[in-house]
Amino acid sequence: MLAACAGDTHLSFLNPQGPVADAQRWHFYWVLGIMAVLVAGPIFLLLPFFVWRYRYSNQKPRYTPKWEYSRFLEIMSWSGPIVIVIVLSFFVWRDTHRLDPYKPLASDQAPLQVEVIGYDWKWLFIYPDQGIASIGTLALPTGQPVSLHLTSATVMQAFFIPALGSQIYAMGGMVSQLNLEASKPGKSLGENTMYNGDGFHQQKFTAVAMAPTEFEAWVRKVHATGLPLDARTLKVIARRGTRSDLVAALPGARAMNGDVYFTGASKSLFPAVVKATMEGKATLPDAAFDRQDTATQDSDAAHAPTEPRR
Amino acid sequence: MSIAALFDHPLGRLQWSSLPFWDMLQHPTKGNIINGVIATGAASLVVVGAIALVLVLTRYKLWRPLWSDWVTSPDHKKIGIMYIVIALVMLARALIEAVLMRAQQAFGLGGGFLSPDHFAQLFSTHGTIMIFFMAMPFLTGVINYVMPLQIGARDVSFPVLNSISLGLTAAGAALVMVSLVIGKFSTGGWFGYPPYTEANFSPGVGPDYWIWALSLAGLGATLTGINFAVTIYRERAPGMTLMRMPLFTWTALCTAIIMIFAMPPLTVATAQLALDRYLGFHYFTNDLGGNMMNFANLFWLFGHPEVYILILPAFGVYSETISTFSGKALFGYRSLVMATMVIALLSFTVWLHHFFTMGQDANINAVFGIASMLIGIPTGVKIYDWMWTMFRGRVRLTVPMIYALGFIVLFVLGGMSGILLANPTIDYQVHNTVFLVAHFHNVAVPGVLFGMLSAYHFWFPKAFGFRLNERWGMISALCWIFGFIGAFFPLYALGLMGLPRRTVAYTEARYVPLEWVAFLGALLILAALLALLWQLWVSIRDRDGNRVFVGDPWAGRSLEWSTSAPPPEYNYAVIPVVEDRDTFTRAKEQGRAYQRPDTYVDIELPGNSAMGPAIAAIGFALAFGLVWHIWWLVILAFLAAIASMIVRGFARDTTRIVSAQQVRQEHHRWIDAVAAATAVSRADECKSVNVGLALQEADGVVP
Repeated sequence: MLAACAGDTHLSFLNPQGPVADAQRWHFYWVLGIMAVLVAGPIFLLLPFFVWRYRYSNQKPRYTPKWEYSRFLEIMSWSGPIVIVIVLSFFVWRDTHRLDPYKPLASDQAPLQVEVIGYDWKWLFIYPDQGIASIGTLALPTGQPVSLHLTSATVMQAFFIPALGSQIYAMGGMVSQLNLEASKPGKSLGENTMYNGDGFHQQKFTAVAMAPTEFEAWVRKVHATGLPLDARTLKVIARRGTRSDLVAALPGARAMNGDVYFTGASKSLFPAVVKATMEGKATLPDAAFDRQDTATQDSDAAHAPTEPRR
Repeated sequence: MSIAALFDHPLGRLQWSSLPFWDMLQHPTKGNIINGVIATGAASLVVVGAIALVLVLTRYKLWRPLWSDWVTSPDHKKIGIMYIVIALVMLARALIEAVLMRAQQAFGLGGGFLSPDHFAQLFSTHGTIMIFFMAMPFLTGVINYVMPLQIGARDVSFPVLNSISLGLTAAGAALVMVSLVIGKFSTGGWFGYPPYTEANFSPGVGPDYWIWALSLAGLGATLTGINFAVTIYRERAPGMTLMRMPLFTWTALCTAIIMIFAMPPLTVATAQLALDRYLGFHYFTNDLGGNMMNFANLFWLFGHPEVYILILPAFGVYSETISTFSGKALFGYRSLVMATMVIALLSFTVWLHHFFTMGQDANINAVFGIASMLIGIPTGVKIYDWMWTMFRGRVRLTVPMIYALGFIVLFVLGGMSGILLANPTIDYQVHNTVFLVAHFHNVAVPGVLFGMLSAYHFWFPKAFGFRLNERWGMISALCWIFGFIGAFFPLYALGLMGLPRRTVAYTEARYVPLEWVAFLGALLILAALLALLWQLWVSIRDRDGNRVFVGDPWAGRSLEWSTSAPPPEYNYAVIPVVEDRDTFTRAKEQGRAYQRPDTYVDIELPGNSAMGPAIAAIGFALAFGLVWHIWWLVILAFLAAIASMIVRGFARDTTRIVSAQQVRQEHHRWIDAVAAATAVSRADECKSVNVGLALQEADGVVP
């Protein structure tokens, strides 16, 4: 039933749209299958049988009120679960490393860089190499890995596209990472799963996977129609409000079908937001919006001082 | 701050707008009216309930008995019963909240009828209450009642401390109830993650209610843990070696030890959050060096062991009921003891699985994932040992046994979803979705709650001297089991379809059918609760036909069944000597049960103390003052707390004597009743001929 869900948005990793979710699906089925056979199977067969056979009204079977120990059964009772856990541990160790969200996906193409900032109650997606940004739609080219860096400009949030892969927390003043890939065109549900106030349930977005040429066309379209992402606009974005509140507050965004697109997204914006959140400053330095200054900046170096882990 | 400044705002932050109907009157939009009516209705229930209670107590002149027989009583049995009363009241509230939430989500496609803020308060109070003011008081109450009886003690080691623990728990519960009437509760969920719960994002009183309710409950639980552990170490009857203790007592010991070690991190975490909120510290803020990951770490360092605080006593209950109602010794006693200890130990090694998605290294996630799965080993052993206990037994399908069987089947499934979640790879997909909600309800409801209900049915005749109505008990149990399946199995599917937890509304039409199944399941659970209450009423009404004064209605195996029902306040006329595991069964077999000793001695019991209710009142006033910034009340309550301790230090008559004469008289009355009673076979145990004397079991023959 789950896999057969036939809306136009993909909801689940059981109907995967990329290699990560696909691997997670198989991992899920394997663990479930092993447990169904080895854990649930014997118990669900034996328990009803015992209750029925040894029911009070049945006087025939042996009754041994003082029998309380059997070396054989004790060894079985312990060794069964131990063996199952050892088998499952193999899957845990292998797949936790294989599917570590921080681990770049194997590919002959360099990953597309996307920087994600969580606001109350919308996600801002910055494409630093393209110089654009988007709210409401996360456009992705198929077949190319995507490397996301995430932070929050407000409370803790969790970024999640179930049909593509893992979720990861986004936290203020810190940067977390996620690697995904879409293997076929289509729309997938994207959301925040960590409660963060009144607009939480509206903090959705659509991950739109498209062929590389279409993605280029999409980038050109955003360049052509987007609003400039300047200090004033960012202040409006940072206000507590849903995406529709934002569209209402930005007159230029009304023709964008509920999404908001921006041009002039600087490479230094994301690190500047991380730094400002960590320092408790409400406003960003001018440099965060200056594209010329950042063209020479190494984006890895910009992340380094704020990276809490690894 | 000058002294006068303390009184600048004598009511602190309290305003008219703190009342639940204020918004509705000021801004009567449709949404405000619906939410206002629901909130006001709930508040009215609290107020009307309190007024009705006062009227009943006054009308029937019950104030004095309430004071001297109950709230100031240091008797572990009465304290246990009061804990369970709190648990049942809070269960009713939190369950109604749950039904309201399911109703909201059933209608939640594109909106529903509740405001996001109202919904968030519902899930926050529901979780907070179910953990801290339902499950914890319930198991504390059952342990309080049963454990001292099982080890052949007259009371716990520190009876007045026990009463104080109850007072602190009651004060916390009262604070959560008051939050319905005055102000709003937190919207940050039961684990209240900052920075959302910090003052800049949640400036209202909500998180403060949450912090102080948890602080009171946490303090009470810490003291309870110490009390139980010391009692089990120090108060066992002669011959009751550790390896002769009934398994329920073993689980009580492990739970007590976990309580002692797990509660402090919670107290520290909430205290730090309080410092952030009240004094502008930056432990968990985004800025100035704060880091919310420290909160997550500390909270789950408490939160995961807490899960085992809840489940272990339930495991103990199932061990008792399955063995008793299979008419058989518990299979693999040593294994079960070992498994319990292993779980208690492992419970401190897995907390990180609550935040696999926080961005740590794959090695760490894998290690904690495997550690989490290790808990499946001792748990699996327990399930098998319970099944081997039924094997070659004579299984009677009484209400406690129905709960136990429902538990095993459903808990296996809940455990399996737990193993799935312990895989970081899968957790990355279902964390924070309703799959997770389904999982922890799948272990908490069939595990903890069914265990406590099994205990309630099992030991009720012991506590009150009459059996509960079997028919309504069965109806209720089946409604619980099938209601649970209906309410939570759809959530597994919804979680796999990406529905996040705590979502007031959604735009995805594919969620609707399963949401409706879950709502109907929730209604069935509500029916289960009503059946449970009706059963209590019917049982009280028909109590004369179901009396079991002799005290052994189920052919019990451990010491608590070897005294009258209800037991005398000193539990045993003569402290029993224990010679074996299942000591009462052995005594019955060898004809040593129900003896008339030659001599009786005076029995010293703890005297009544007003410390419990005093600390409850002071704790409540302190917390209420802190929540509303009523500083003079805070100072006054703080001074009163110190004063009460000093006053208690001067108390001289802390014990009282029950004379040998009276003990003799009461014991003979009971032994006479035993002699006059007809022993019944297990076939008749749910009929009125069962007055609590069991027909003797013999090897290979079923009585």
